Amino acid sequence: MDTEIAKTQEERKKMEQQLASLTSLTFDRDLYGGVDREAYETSIPATDDEEPDMGLNEVAQKLASYTAPKSVLKEMPRGGDDSEETNGFRKPSRIIDREDDYRRRRLDRIISPERHDPFAAGEKTPDSSVRTYSDIMKEESLKRKKEETLREIANKKKQEEEARAEKGGKEENDANSAPKRRNRWDQSTEDGGNAVKKAKTGSDWDLPDATPGIGRWDATPTPGRIGDATPGGGRRNRWDETPTPGRVVDSDGTPAGGVTPGATPAGVTWDATPKGMATPTPKRQKSRWDETPASMESATPALGAATPSLGGVTPGPTPLGAIDMATPTPNALAMRGAITPEQYNLLRWEKDIEERNRPLTDEELDGMFPQEGYKILEPPASYVPIRTPARKLLATPTPMGTPLYSIPDENRGQQFDLGQEPPAGLPFMKPEDYQYFGALLNEEDEEELSPEEQKERKIMKLLLKVKNGTPPQRKTALRQLTDKAREFGAGPLFNRILPLLMQPTLEDQERHLLVKVIDRVLYKLDELVRPYVHKILVVIEPLLIDEDYYARVEGREIISNLSKAAGLATMIAAMRPDIDNIDEYVRNTTARAFSVVASALGIPALLPFLKAVCQSKKSWQARHTGIKIVQQIAILIGCAVLPHLRSLVEIIEHGLNDENQKVRTITALSLAALAEAAAPYGIESFDSVLKPLWKGIRSHRGKVLAAFLKAIGFIIPLMDAMYANYYTKEVMFILIREFQSPDEEMKKIVLKVVKQCVSTEGVEAEYIRSDILPEFFRNFWVRRMALDRRNYRQLVETTVEIANKVGVKDIAGRIVEDLKDESEPYRRMVMETIEKVVTNMGASDIDARLEELLIDGILYAFQEQTSDDANVMLNGFGAVVNSLGQRVKPYLPQICGTIKWRLNNKSAKVRQQAADLISRIAVVMKQCQEEQLMGHLGVVLYEYLGEEYPEVLGSILGALKAIVNVIGMTKMTPPIKDLLPRLTPILKNRHEKVQENCIDLVGRIADRGAEFVPAREWMRICFELLEMLKAHKKGIRRATVNTFGYIAKAIGPQDVLATLLNNLKVQERQNRVCTTVAIAIVAETCSPFTVLPALMNEYRVPELNVQNGVLKSLSFLFEYIGEMGKDYIYAVTPLLEDALMDRDLVHRQTAASAVKHMALGVAGLGCEDALVHLLNYVWPNIFETSPHVINAVMEAIEGMRVALGAAVVLNYCLQGLFHPARKVREVYWKIYNSLYIGSQDALVAAYPILEDEQNNVYSRPELMMFV
Amino acid sequence: MQASDRFNINSQLEHLQAKYVGTGHADLNRFEWAVNIQRDSYASYIGHYPMLAYFALAENESIGRERYNFMQKMLLPCGLPPEREDD
Repeated sequence: MDTEIAKTQEERKKMEQQLASLTSLTFDRDLYGGVDREAYETSIPATDDEEPDMGLNEVAQKLASYTAPKSVLKEMPRGGDDSEETNGFRKPSRIIDREDDYRRRRLDRIISPERHDPFAAGEKTPDSSVRTYSDIMKEESLKRKKEETLREIANKKKQEEEARAEKGGKEENDANSAPKRRNRWDQSTEDGGNAVKKAKTGSDWDLPDATPGIGRWDATPTPGRIGDATPGGGRRNRWDETPTPGRVVDSDGTPAGGVTPGATPAGVTWDATPKGMATPTPKRQKSRWDETPASMESATPALGAATPSLGGVTPGPTPLGAIDMATPTPNALAMRGAITPEQYNLLRWEKDIEERNRPLTDEELDGMFPQEGYKILEPPASYVPIRTPARKLLATPTPMGTPLYSIPDENRGQQFDLGQEPPAGLPFMKPEDYQYFGALLNEEDEEELSPEEQKERKIMKLLLKVKNGTPPQRKTALRQLTDKAREFGAGPLFNRILPLLMQPTLEDQERHLLVKVIDRVLYKLDELVRPYVHKILVVIEPLLIDEDYYARVEGREIISNLSKAAGLATMIAAMRPDIDNIDEYVRNTTARAFSVVASALGIPALLPFLKAVCQSKKSWQARHTGIKIVQQIAILIGCAVLPHLRSLVEIIEHGLNDENQKVRTITALSLAALAEAAAPYGIESFDSVLKPLWKGIRSHRGKVLAAFLKAIGFIIPLMDAMYANYYTKEVMFILIREFQSPDEEMKKIVLKVVKQCVSTEGVEAEYIRSDILPEFFRNFWVRRMALDRRNYRQLVETTVEIANKVGVKDIAGRIVEDLKDESEPYRRMVMETIEKVVTNMGASDIDARLEELLIDGILYAFQEQTSDDANVMLNGFGAVVNSLGQRVKPYLPQICGTIKWRLNNKSAKVRQQAADLISRIAVVMKQCQEEQLMGHLGVVLYEYLGEEYPEVLGSILGALKAIVNVIGMTKMTPPIKDLLPRLTPILKNRHEKVQENCIDLVGRIADRGAEFVPAREWMRICFELLEMLKAHKKGIRRATVNTFGYIAKAIGPQDVLATLLNNLKVQERQNRVCTTVAIAIVAETCSPFTVLPALMNEYRVPELNVQNGVLKSLSFLFEYIGEMGKDYIYAVTPLLEDALMDRDLVHRQTAASAVKHMALGVAGLGCEDALVHLLNYVWPNIFETSPHVINAVMEAIEGMRVALGAAVVLNYCLQGLFHPARKVREVYWKIYNSLYIGSQDALVAAYPILEDEQNNVYSRPELMMFV
Repeated sequence: MQASDRFNINSQLEHLQAKYVGTGHADLNRFEWAVNIQRDSYASYIGHYPMLAYFALAENESIGRERYNFMQKMLLPCGLPPEREDD
């Protein structure tokens, strides 16, 4: 791969060398730009328009300093770095790898089948095969009931068990209790309470079968979900529809003793199902997988039918028998399911065990026993073989029929562990893609397929191209999908796209692309998406809680587009059933999705619905979710809640008194979110909740109390000063009590609330000082708080907020002693707080004693630090010294001593920090008139210039720069003439930090103190600078370019120019480009007339590179000097004439770009004669085909339009607009179009006079009018 | 489309046509171009108030009437399109 790329690059470079040694800037972009990551779009544009590259369109501003144009600096070639990062070859990142367990629950959701669309159907009663809203609601309520029942069962069982344990303890008879336990199920059905009965007959086990006709599971083929067949860990299994309680049953019950000897560990939940019912038929379960949607439709919708499971014969048309049984063997699974290695291993292991434990076949028995002396008896008629369901499910085909060997059909399409080559034109397929795109590998004749199948195939092909293809493939495929969306139809499209999104091995980029497909398709399908809304939501909702910001934004965008396409009614109908789903994950994501819908369609539209949901009597889950929606709305749309604040608060306020604790908590949290969003307005809307909140904080404890406190904490800042003061005092009493709470969450909330209260106007400093501070410091300023990152930050923030009220002295005075604490994290926390406080408030109220303590503590903390990644100590030191200003003077010798000592430290980090500290306190040292000390430090730093760690060296250079800046060139020790020669070799250092600091320092010296250094030294530096123009970092390139200007100014342009012109002869292209830039800068700094003669003279050298270099310099030159160009245009015209007539393309191209800059610079300054002359030379080049040349020529013509006026160019243009040759016409119309776009109005006066024809008026009589 | 077109404003001719109605192409005929010219002209007259005032003075009409007339003339400024000889 790499070699291939390298080869291609090599070739391109060569081609480019031949074609254009010095080309215009766009060429560089072609070569160096366009890394992979740029292709990754960070947002989905609303339209298909390509956005222009903003980078190059920055408005040209007046020159603030001598510098190369931004485009040049940006495009500066960067050689020889082919690191992985820049090439965009990142390790692909799978989403699932960075997800936590909660987020992974998205995979448990099922892509529900399409639903009835009442809008499309009109008055018709929906077909029974279509799922309507009421069906879904029914199902949901059944599920909920089942859940409740199961919970009851579990409870009951537990009670029974306890009772039995007691009894068992009395009888001390373990042997008896075991069988009893095994029979528990039967017992409970016989003598158990009502609940269990209901479970049996009602919804419980029969539920899945009760609605096969609806085809709930099968409507969308989701092969990816086969992974569920082996429920790894805590996954919910959809086979049995008995989520948690089922597992509860299992874990505490013995696994049904001898009845299921072969129970495999992976099959736990499988066992759970059959245990409940006497004779489950695995075939039925299987059929759910295997039936195609088509066949499901033909099955009888057994809604009211007797439980078909008991019959043993499935209504489904799946053939009974060995083939059917064999399906879930690992191999087959592996072919179909996206299986993680772990799952695969599990399966293999399982298969192995099954293999060994399977019943012996007749042949095997025959082989084992001697032929004679044995007789095979018929089994008694009453014998019924034990068929344990668990075994049956995974069993080899044996139990179902005579296991005769039959020659398998030859399957040439089979893949023997080798990835098959995808057909031509299709991108590479990853192993996990086979299950989705496997059909594409069958080399079937497309003609033979039905139109439907052809369509499917087409969709699959396009999707595969989008997912795995190269960017151009992807682009065309995406466009085709969009254009043909309505033709393909919503169903086939979403049935293909959505399962892909549920693929467990999906990567970020793939998901992004697929989501983009959905977005585009949505836009086209519009109202056709209605039946698929829920399906799409299932897939998109998880994006809303993704940790990646862009994924969240993308999710929001899709849902908002979806709601605009489907309409509010459909959205509500689709999401309503999920609102009281038993799974918290589903409710959470649904709430978030609802908030997006609200922001897309407007809150007022959603209010009535929300109101109803929040008052739901049926289930607390619905109320909880409804209130959570309000919270999410507040978080999502921020201050835009204000117009609806009152209604939103009214909707949720009753939740504060709800019977369910969770509802109360979420209500308080929602109020907090609303208040935060509305701040600082809208207190009147919260009037009604103040009382319940206040009552609440007195009656509640724990989590609820925390939530209530949070709500109050956010409401108080909205209040008037007087009320705020009152309420703060009220709540503070509780808060102070909770200061001692050991609960982390409570601690955080308390800190937050204190911060909010304290920052509110009307809360007085005196009150804080007397009532809050003592307790606050006693409880929170302890070492333990520094250990947790979030506590740490919250505590610092709160303390800073308090300090803003009560002043530096109170806070700093209390914690300054802790700078000498023995725990380093704690010292760091103290330091950070002091830094922030001092930066905010200054050091004016720090008295002499505190000052002494502070400096002492800081020095101690600074010296004692062992690890400091975030530079807290350094920043703190800098902040304190800077705010104390001149008061630091007495301590400076001590500080400098420390610095000097640390500069000599063994650890590189310590040295670096010491140097950094110098650059931070240099200004203060100057204020304290410690110039001698600084000089001394300068010498010390100078001695350390041999530093070998680049990071440290960079810091040392930075420190030197800071000192030079404050004490000036003349007073600097070591003297500049000694310092600079020492810096020259350092310029060669390739480390970015070193380069940046070094070039800054050199540039500063060149600017202010060039006279201290001999010209020869500056020349040497010039050579080094040429190299630095290639630096990656823009700041370095800019500093270098500026330095060139300073040096040329200091020692005169001649020598510098000679060097630079010489440099044009070098082979390396990058170097030449840099040189041309430098020449132009020198020309600008020292006036063009000092440079132009030499430059034009250089053009006479009969060497392509040199001439091109000269032309390019001219081009830059005229770009920089702008209006100044009018004095030189006549001088260079002959040269440009020559260049524009040259045989070499690049000559003409570069000359054309010079003409462009010239024309733009002198527009309106009376140089039209020269420009027309040049235009005559430029014009013949309009038929060039090389992209860069034609671009330059067109730009030159554009420049002429500006300088000469549109009319002149139009006259050039008219000759070819109706030329008999199409090629000519095309070019001329192109020029006409850009002319037209540029100055449409100006053309009106210049259009040719057209004669009228018999029926048509072409003349413009108005223009002939004369008064 | 040429490779060079990728870089400049002509890159998406269709798009351009949609955005700037008056732009042309190699297959534009005399009539279509003339229509564009006429409309641009009228738009320009209306857009420059002094021009409008000048025409009003010359034709002895009110400025508002003149503006109205120009606006009306922008519909079919050159009359009905000529019969296309089918190619």
